[in-house]
Amino acid sequence: MATTHFTTYIFCFLAFLSIMFALMVVLSKNPVHSVLYLVITFFTIAGQYVLLNAQFLAAVHIIVYAGAIMVLFLFVIMLLNLNKETEPHKSIWLKASASVASGLLLVVLVGSLKEATIQPINAFNPNIGLIENLGTTLFKDFLLPFEVSSILLLAAMVGAVMLGKKSIK
Amino acid sequence: MSSAIQVIPLQWYLLLSTVLFTIGVLGVLFRRNAIIIFMSIELMLNAVNLLLVAFSSFLSDSKGQVFVFFIMAVAAAEVAVGLAILMMVYRNTKSSDINMLNKLKW
Repeated sequence: MATTHFTTYIFCFLAFLSIMFALMVVLSKNPVHSVLYLVITFFTIAGQYVLLNAQFLAAVHIIVYAGAIMVLFLFVIMLLNLNKETEPHKSIWLKASASVASGLLLVVLVGSLKEATIQPINAFNPNIGLIENLGTTLFKDFLLPFEVSSILLLAAMVGAVMLGKKSIK
Repeated sequence: MSSAIQVIPLQWYLLLSTVLFTIGVLGVLFRRNAIIIFMSIELMLNAVNLLLVAFSSFLSDSKGQVFVFFIMAVAAAEVAVGLAILMMVYRNTKSSDINMLNKLKW
């Protein structure tokens, strides 16, 4: 029973941290601070993955998001010289209507998902998040999407290089 | 330590993912800096990822976690192309303000 409470406490702590830092991403004035808060949010989400027995996915999440994507964001912010608080702000009415709109979206989603129930069809297996099971699924059931995603990454790389060139005739 | 899905109801994960997704939507609507908008989109993708992992763990089916891999690949591609577009926009307008990009508006 003690472990039960412990896991629940960890979940609540991580959920609180991720929601708080996600709000700080949106509300902080400095873009560099936003990136750093987003990194913390990603770490808390990785903690949720560990709680859900998806250890390999947690490692991949930290490597890909905190290691690669956020570094890309930081590079671009430094290149654009945005690390100062001179960015334009929307008017107070637009901000208020944005808050009201997203709040209403939250109410609608929570209200529609509140009654949702689902029954587990398989017996509980704590090993599905391990790399052995994931690799088997990935290369048995999802072999074609896996190969297609490599083409997607190649296309994205070519597109990024083309867009980043100095001048396109 | 037992798995979280055995002691924590699935509804809590639904609620957490919904809140994170809504914060992402709020960021897209709230800010004018294009980089912050990109980061909010990442936040929305992560909310969906978290929900997929929760369902996958709840149903003991590893297919949901494989989908998270694909979403990560798509997110990486999206960020690379999006930031390249942003660099080009900045080179032309000297600003990362999305209100400068209103030529296609009307």
